[in-house]
Amino acid sequence: MTDKSMTVSNDQAVSREATRSTARYMTPPVDIVETDEGLILTADVPGLDEQNLEISVDQGVLTIEGKAVFGTGSLLWREYAMDGYWRQFHLPETFDASRARAEIRNGVLTLHLPKAEAAKPRKIAIETRH
Amino acid sequence: MRNWDLLREMNQMQRDIDTVFRGFGLGRLFGPGFEAGLGLRDWPRVNLREDDDHIYVEALLPGVEPDKLDMNVLGNTLTLAGERSAGDREKSGRTWHRRERGTGRFLRSIELPVEINPDKVRAEYRNGLLLVTLPKAEEAKPKRISIKVR
Repeated sequence: MTDKSMTVSNDQAVSREATRSTARYMTPPVDIVETDEGLILTADVPGLDEQNLEISVDQGVLTIEGKAVFGTGSLLWREYAMDGYWRQFHLPETFDASRARAEIRNGVLTLHLPKAEAAKPRKIAIETRH
Repeated sequence: MRNWDLLREMNQMQRDIDTVFRGFGLGRLFGPGFEAGLGLRDWPRVNLREDDDHIYVEALLPGVEPDKLDMNVLGNTLTLAGERSAGDREKSGRTWHRRERGTGRFLRSIELPVEINPDKVRAEYRNGLLLVTLPKAEEAKPKRISIKVR
């Protein structure tokens, strides 16, 4: 599979991402797989629960955003940013965001994005005539 | 304590290198904002905090079942070990578009900057975040010395 055939285009194309400094926001790593039914996006967002995670689709741009609550006390050692998570993806129009559903467990978000009916692969039976 | 300073220095060095890379547009991959998968760097990532009486270790362990997680304290070294299972992600009939999350076994030892009391260590796992509270040993706590005025 080449990069060009990706259904999900490069999220770096969204210029707004530049305003979210990586020094403060974590970019959650994601797995994206496509099945016949749609896309399944899995993202690591430790520290978030259903209360403080926000997922939205606006004009074909999927945004995953969350404010994680980490502990207090003076910082001794830092390996990750603490303000929260932020990441955007372009979605092709073949997905029906209105039927999307998401679940979160142990800090892992699973988002199911079904394909629009018109975009589902359909097998066409071929009749033979003699 | 000396070791700790060395680590801190290395962290500073890494940050400097990150800054250099960021200038070339690669910073996203190496900066603190990107939590790379297993195998690419130390996993789990930890932040350390302290107050007068405790050291707090926060480790990012998304998708790790708490019963697959082992934690040991020996002297002032905290060791986290465990496994993150792949679940059903290897099913066939799927097209992969992105694969950034790692799976597999991990082991990481963290040297704490002060002596701790290993009997009273508490750990809590919530929403993929492990919070370990380690009480400082009596001799490591800061002491307030009152000054008498004559």
